[in-house]
Parts: sequence; C-alpha cells; structure tokens
Amino acid sequence: MSATGLLDLSAAAAARAIAAGDLGADELFTAYLARAREDKLNCFTWIPTESRSSPPSAHASPGDASSARPCAIPGGTPLGGVPLAVKDLFCTEGVPSQSGSRILGGYLPPYTATVVERLQAAGAPLLAKTNQDEFAMGSSNENSAYGPVLNPWDHTRVPGGSSGGSAAAVAAGLAPWALGTDTGGSIRQPAALCGIVGLKPTYGAVSRYGMIAFASSLDQAGPLTRDVTDAALMLSHMVGRDERDATSLSFPHEISLPTAERLDGVTLGVPSELAGEGIEAGVLAAFTATLARAEELGAQIEQVSLPHAPHALSAYYVIAPAEASSNLARFDGVRYGLRVDAPGLTGMYTRTRHDGFGPEVKRRIMLGTYALSSGYYEAFYGRAQRVRTKIVEDFRAVFERCDFVVTPTSPTVAFELGARTNDPLAMYSSDVCTVPMSLAGIPAISIPCGLSEGLPVGLQLAGPAFSENSLFDAAHALEQAIGFDSTPARA
Amino acid sequence: MIDRDEVLHVARLARLQLSYEEIEPMARELSAVLDHVARIGELDLRDVPPTTHVAELTGQLRADEPCQCLPREVVLAQAPAVSGEGFLVPSPQA
Repeated sequence: MSATGLLDLSAAAAARAIAAGDLGADELFTAYLARAREDKLNCFTWIPTESRSSPPSAHASPGDASSARPCAIPGGTPLGGVPLAVKDLFCTEGVPSQSGSRILGGYLPPYTATVVERLQAAGAPLLAKTNQDEFAMGSSNENSAYGPVLNPWDHTRVPGGSSGGSAAAVAAGLAPWALGTDTGGSIRQPAALCGIVGLKPTYGAVSRYGMIAFASSLDQAGPLTRDVTDAALMLSHMVGRDERDATSLSFPHEISLPTAERLDGVTLGVPSELAGEGIEAGVLAAFTATLARAEELGAQIEQVSLPHAPHALSAYYVIAPAEASSNLARFDGVRYGLRVDAPGLTGMYTRTRHDGFGPEVKRRIMLGTYALSSGYYEAFYGRAQRVRTKIVEDFRAVFERCDFVVTPTSPTVAFELGARTNDPLAMYSSDVCTVPMSLAGIPAISIPCGLSEGLPVGLQLAGPAFSENSLFDAAHALEQAIGFDSTPARA
Repeated sequence: MIDRDEVLHVARLARLQLSYEEIEPMARELSAVLDHVARIGELDLRDVPPTTHVAELTGQLRADEPCQCLPREVVLAQAPAVSGEGFLVPSPQA
C-alpha cells in the first residue's frame, strides 16, 4: 500500500487491513510518525525519538482488557496496532504529561491512565502526546504553555479547545485518531471547528484514573476521530468500571459499531434556546439544512424547550472553576513539577503558583476560590448546583418526547487567533451549546455537517445517559447522508 | 463588583501570588464574569435540591485492604527537592 493510501484509511479500516495481512502495523506506525514529525500546526507536545514508542502490539498477548471485548477484529489484538495520539493531560508512564502547563513542565508520571492502558492493551500504541489548553481550560488552545495550535483548514484560525491538538492532528491526518477530554465541550467544540467527529461519553462511562483533573464532576475522556464508526470502535475499548475511579460505572451493554442508514421512527428535538439567537447565520444555515436531510431520512423534527439552558453557561462557569480551584491546590512545588524558591513555605507555594500557572488558569482558580469563599458560597456555588438540577430535569422532560436533542455544536465557525484572548466572556460563550449536556452528564456527539465561509460546522446530537449505541447509529445515518469532505484539512 | 482588596484576599486564600500589574486586570475580568454569572440570582430556586454529582452511585467502595503502592524512590524521583526519604520543603517559620 502506498504511504498516502495507508494514511487515508480510517482507524477501523486500518485495523481491518492489518488483520487481513494487507498492511503491517509497523509500516503504519512509521508512516504516521513521519507525518507527525512534519507537523506545522504545533499539534504535539511529545513525539517519540525512537522509531517506536512501544513494542509492536499487533502480536502482543491479549490481556484481560482485550480478550473479551466487543468489536474484535480477528487476528492479534482487536485494534491491531493502529497508533493513537493522546491528549497531554493523560498520565503516560515515563512520557511527559504536562496538561499544557508550565507548572508540570517535564513531568514524567510513574503510572499510566486506565483509559490509555485499556486502549494500549487493545492494540493502540502511543503515537504522540497532543497539545491542549492549560489544564483543559480554554476553547481555543491559545492557553497552552507550549504555544497555540493552528486550525488545519485555515492557519490563521484556532482549532478550538481544549483538545485542540487532538482535533487538529486527526483533521490534518497526522494521527488516525486521538484521545481527548471534555469538561464543558473540550472534545465536541474542537471536533466541530476542525471538521471531525468527537464524542463526550456519559459521565462515569470511562475511568478518570490518571487524567490530570480539571472539574471532577464533569471531566470525561472520549474519542476524536475521522468518522462515527471509529468513535464507536475506540469507545468500545475505553468503557467500564475501574476500581481506581469510584465514580466509574459498568457500561450496561456492549458498544456496537453503527450500521443505520435511516432515521425512521427517530424524533429529534430542537431546543429553541440553543438553535436560534446567538448562533452565527452560516452555522444556522448548515444546521437547518442538516435537519432537512434528517427528515428525508425519516426523522421527525420537534421544536422543544430547555428553559434553563440560557443559565447553563453561568452555572458551569461557577461549578467548573470551583472544582478546579480545589483540584489545582495539589500544584504546590512539593511533590512534582515546578518549584520557585522564595522565603518560607507559603512564600514558595505562592511564588511557584504565580510562575507556574498561565493567566486563564489563574482566573479560574480565583473565580472558583471566590465562589466557594465564606459569604459567597450560597449565592454562587449553591445556586449553580440548583441550576444544575433544573438542567437535568429539562433534559429528562425532553427525552420523554424525543430520542435526541440536536443543536449546532459551536455558535460560530473557527475564529481568528487572538480574537477572544482578551475577553474571557466572549471565549466562554464558545461553550454555550455544549455545557448543558456536560452539567446533565449525558452523552453528546459532534459530527461535521457542512461548511460556512469555507470552514467546518458541527452538529451536536445528545441522548439520555448510556444511549451511546443509538447515538452512534443516528450520527452514522446522518454522516452517510451528508458525505462531508474533509480533504482541505489534509492539504 | 470585586475590588482590589477582594482580589488580594481571594489570591491569598488560593495561595496565589499576583504581581502588581496583574491585580487591576484580574479585578476587571473577574467582575465581568461574576456580573454575568450572578444572573442565576434571578431564578426562583426555592425547594430545588442541589446536584453535586450526576452519576447515581451506590456501593462503590472497595474493600479496605492493604495493597502495593509505588516504591518510595519512584515517587521521590519527580520531586523538586528531597531529603533522604522525604520531600524537602522550606521552613514554615521562615
């Protein structure tokens, strides 16, 4: 197979080609490594210097995690050696894991995150670590201590964030697929802005052990892929209870690869609060055209209401910083990472944190500390948690009438580098359509649904907890009908 | 909405030193965000219970049994300063 030919394969197709003996796992890894090394978008924070990061896994003995897994591709491990790019914030033993921060510069974790371990055991060796907003706080990847990532569709624009490196690498064909995390939209929004598929799974479906925490009641790991089938394939090797994460749950059924071509009998709810005012005209046009396609495929479209959705962003920007201010207390210059000497213990703490954290992280720590501080706790954190209850109830009511909620993923297409860096509120508004699902803990997928101004537009589908299989099916049917062409990103 | 003194108070709580030039922009940006999020104050949330966590979890506790932990030298290897068998920190009295 020619080098360009093999790099055009989806991850599932590459795994099949390896299983059939048409493609060597080593050949594929080497080809991607060569591409990753030519990266001009600043997608990566670490690329192996040796020719391989781990022993050829196509012949590795299948461990517990891979032997009884669904979606098995015959021969060797189920994923056969298809390389995986991993967001910087996942701990990878002996490999720099810095969460995009200067305070963790050069940190080499002594263990590997459960989800990375599971994917490696299934036959997905580590290709590279990907750039991200510092501690996953951002919607543009401009908050990385390791420089911004460029959007492969237009190098003057952002790729979205916080999983910007993962999204740009997959869109540009520098990796077959990538692992990201989503707290308020950090998988879905960059997937939308880069024209690829991204899934935030049901909260608890994937172990958070070994993820450098941002907001623990919201953080979830998920796939960024070229198509819906790859997302299902990756997720099938990620889910499951992990003793090391007390909030992880057993997925109630097997994840299967999607086959649906039609949407007969499927009801899509369009919430007026997230699909009208505040959405860019070009994005809305692509969204509306996709709804018309969905109807042609047999879907019923219903106008619905999520009355508390307009307050979701406010609740999110209290809850997430509050949890972050607590999680980030561990960065104190004692056990790992940066230390800046100053007189006294407190002096060392405060100086290390001053030098180690970037402006947005400082802002969120301050916001969270304020919201949790005496006298403001009930007005901010207490109220935000009650709004969260209302949002959970809003979705529950809609799912009594509809199978899925559909919205644009992002209110705009990719914006220009620097356009929002001095205006936190404008930056936060990028997440307006994605945070409600995060607060409710429900799964949501973004698929590319068209172009506006030559840039990709994402469509978001969200379903009830653990509805991933039907979500994949619906997304697959739409994907087939849309036939999105991602070629410009790989030029 | 939030002034200089309050910024410095919160920064102290967060163990975060702010340089002189960081204080004013921080006050301005936090005020803008807080003014926006304070809109949740307009909602009637009487009798609404808080949601701290969305997953319905029961019986998630593992058995409390001793198990292997990371070797001391592996843990200390990432520390900025060590002394013998422990982490070295500046004196709290200094």
